[in-house]
Amino acid sequence: MSATAATLKNKTSPKKVKKTSPKKTVSKKETRREFLYLAAAGMGGIGAISVAWPFIDSWNPAADTLALSSVDVNLEAVEVGQSITVTWRGKPVFIRRRTAEEIKEAESVELLDLRDPQPDSERVQKTEWLIMVGICTHLGCVPLGQKVTDPKGDYGGWFCPCHGSHYDTSGRIRKGPAPANLIVPEYEFTEDTMIRLG
Amino acid sequence: MTPLQKIYKMENFVNIPKKIFFSFFLIITMMITSTIFASTNAVKPPQNEWKHRSLFGTFDRAAAQRGFQVYKEVCSACHSLRLLSYRNLEALGFSPEESKAIASEYVIKDGPNDEGDMFKRSGLSSDRFVSPYANEQAGRAANNGAFPPDLSLITKARVYGEDYIHGILTGYSDPPEGMTLAPGMYWNKYFPGHQIAMPPMLLENGVEFADETEASIEQQAYDVSVFLSWAADPHLEKRMAMGLKTVLFLLVFSILMYFVKKKVWSDIK
Amino acid sequence: MSKKSVGLAKSNYKNPVIKWVDQRLPIFTMLDKEYGQFPTPKNFNYLWNFGPILVVTLLIMIITGVFLAMFYTSDIGYAFESVERIMRDVNYGWLIRYIHMNGASMFFIAVYLHMARGLYYGSYKQPRELLWMTGIIILLLMMATAFMGYVLPWGQMSFWGATVITNLFSSIPLFGETIVTWMWGGFSVNNATLNRFFALHYLLPFVIFAVVFLHVVALHITGSNNPTGIEIQDERDSVPFHPYYTAKDLFGILVFLLFFSIFIFYVPDYLGHPDNYTPANPLVTPAHIVPEWYFLPFYAILRAVTANISFFGVTLMDAKLGGVLLMFGSIFVLFILPWLDTSPIRSTKYRPLYKFFFLFLIIDLLTLGYVGGQPAEQPYILIGQIATAYYFSHFLVILPLLVKFEKTSPMPKSIHDAVTKNI
Repeated sequence: MSATAATLKNKTSPKKVKKTSPKKTVSKKETRREFLYLAAAGMGGIGAISVAWPFIDSWNPAADTLALSSVDVNLEAVEVGQSITVTWRGKPVFIRRRTAEEIKEAESVELLDLRDPQPDSERVQKTEWLIMVGICTHLGCVPLGQKVTDPKGDYGGWFCPCHGSHYDTSGRIRKGPAPANLIVPEYEFTEDTMIRLG
Repeated sequence: MTPLQKIYKMENFVNIPKKIFFSFFLIITMMITSTIFASTNAVKPPQNEWKHRSLFGTFDRAAAQRGFQVYKEVCSACHSLRLLSYRNLEALGFSPEESKAIASEYVIKDGPNDEGDMFKRSGLSSDRFVSPYANEQAGRAANNGAFPPDLSLITKARVYGEDYIHGILTGYSDPPEGMTLAPGMYWNKYFPGHQIAMPPMLLENGVEFADETEASIEQQAYDVSVFLSWAADPHLEKRMAMGLKTVLFLLVFSILMYFVKKKVWSDIK
Repeated sequence: MSKKSVGLAKSNYKNPVIKWVDQRLPIFTMLDKEYGQFPTPKNFNYLWNFGPILVVTLLIMIITGVFLAMFYTSDIGYAFESVERIMRDVNYGWLIRYIHMNGASMFFIAVYLHMARGLYYGSYKQPRELLWMTGIIILLLMMATAFMGYVLPWGQMSFWGATVITNLFSSIPLFGETIVTWMWGGFSVNNATLNRFFALHYLLPFVIFAVVFLHVVALHITGSNNPTGIEIQDERDSVPFHPYYTAKDLFGILVFLLFFSIFIFYVPDYLGHPDNYTPANPLVTPAHIVPEWYFLPFYAILRAVTANISFFGVTLMDAKLGGVLLMFGSIFVLFILPWLDTSPIRSTKYRPLYKFFFLFLIIDLLTLGYVGGQPAEQPYILIGQIATAYYFSHFLVILPLLVKFEKTSPMPKSIHDAVTKNI
């Protein structure tokens, strides 16, 4: 290795002098050596990645966390005009069985009036049941409006006391600093009155 | 020289005393570690054939499912399995719906609710197995002061593992001549000290297996031992499969690296 | 002399980025000097692989340990459960845990073989005394770390092993009981004890790392010993560390990992104790409390003292204190070894009489290990006492005397002489 450094520095040898040791032809022994080293390095690389993966994957949600990633909710006991809150993936989920008036109001809003335009039909699977993640899209507080005694804001839906965001009967942002409507999570009706969240 | 002859010429085989020293050291070390077991007053139970203890170990799933049935119908009355969740049963071949159905047979205490009260609900597959007793004291009170141990790790927590469990379950007999048992105790061949507080729980055809296998005491004992081996070590199959890949990889890599070393050193001496 | 090169290190690298870094923090030059070119004896055998193997094992233990700490809870209500959660629910948690658990055993196998090499070839002798002594400090730190680590799963052996060993300190005259209460943070091994052990168990490996750094620096000052015990005289005796020993060490490390993998994947609980899969119960003592295999010889020495030392009815030293002193004494005796064995011949290869005693020492250590795993009954007690007596007489009596009486074998003139004539 140090020999090459020496030859680099050597500027005095005239170009016309032919070098006695041919560099162009690589001996068979050398190609075998190169292959050996390459193979070893390759195996080392495979080994390193194989070892790294379990550690990286250990950070992914563990089996017990994943088991709680889906939650079944029985809606039988929820009456018209009643709201319940369930916990899903550590977050509150608002489930409201809307009254006919609330549904009518939600459907009759002009999309142009909305900061985050979304028709009510896009936010519900069954119009009676409004299901959304109860976290204000501004800075993450839990809006009020689930309890009968809670303030519901100017649009009859939910009101976030932290910075004064008002949500309507479809959970859409109408007034206040929040930029987006309350998020509708992934869910499906497994039966008439049973949903699976997530 | 052939590559094999070259390997035989490795430095550490030339110096004979060192070779003897190493093998001696290794053998004695293995002996030392195995004598730790000999120091208990355990009677060695007979060794059985376990599918999961072979080199390419897999759990006998049919046996494990039957074993779960034995646990459920016989053992769970007194023994908890608190480290397992109902969803774990899916690894034995139960479908998510089946494990959910099994879970829903049990009542879970949950809460507090919005009123501050604890309430009861039916089990979900994400719940842990329900324990028969609220705590150790309740367990002792119901069993003459003896606490039926949790079975989640029992095959790892006993020296002879599943052979021991199988031995205990099939090892009940009358005490030998002239031997009187302490009150409430039973004679067992493989339990340390021979007097065990647990009565013989397995009965001929005491369980009706779903797959219609004859439920002899021997069969039930074997199956529940397989189930408990799985319960203690659910990742055994993955571990051994990964082990095979790792050992083969390292074997090939070491051999390759040996030739690299030989190549690198070829210009020395 | 341009002002630009004032205060910069000399660097021979051509690449401008490398040269810029190297002039300010000469890592590249240092690595090239200490590992690229470092003249290393050409006659190392495979026992010299254990140094690098130990470094690799330390790194494996730190990495797996840090990852385990991400999932472990050190409160006694949750400790055992959190370990089982790692084993069952955390992705590859079982793998990380088994690597860490068996890694501790591998660490001690490697360190004992590394020390055996040092003892046999006289690597502790002048001028390598501090190299040896930093090594013994590393051993002590390893023992403390391993002891505390074993407590963390909070199994029966964790709890009772901790109870037995911490109780030993009560034998210290006058302050013993106070010290033990202070160590426990309570009146028995309890939650406070577990929490502080966790904190210290996390800390000590980094202290080990620092002492290992000193250990390697010390080695690079004196240079390595070799099987002949004769120092490098010229370049016919040595080869540059890279690529000769980088290649050889890599091979050795792979064989070691192969051995390690067999434990991790096939018999992961073989070196452990089943009782530790039962949660700790302060009201139920296991039938036989045994430490992990690597502590067995020390355990045997500890239990060897069965009688109090009395003088006319006055107890000067009770058996417990005697055992504790002998146990620590067994390591102290290693610490001062460079001054106990003053033979000018380093390597046992040329000391035929000492070779016999060395073999006796190995048999003695294995005997002590065996006795340590047995219950404290006869005949094991007597065997343990004889073995303990031999251990101390080996270092305190035999070694110093040997220097006076032994006849050494003829030695080669140099390393390359030994290599070419195969002596």
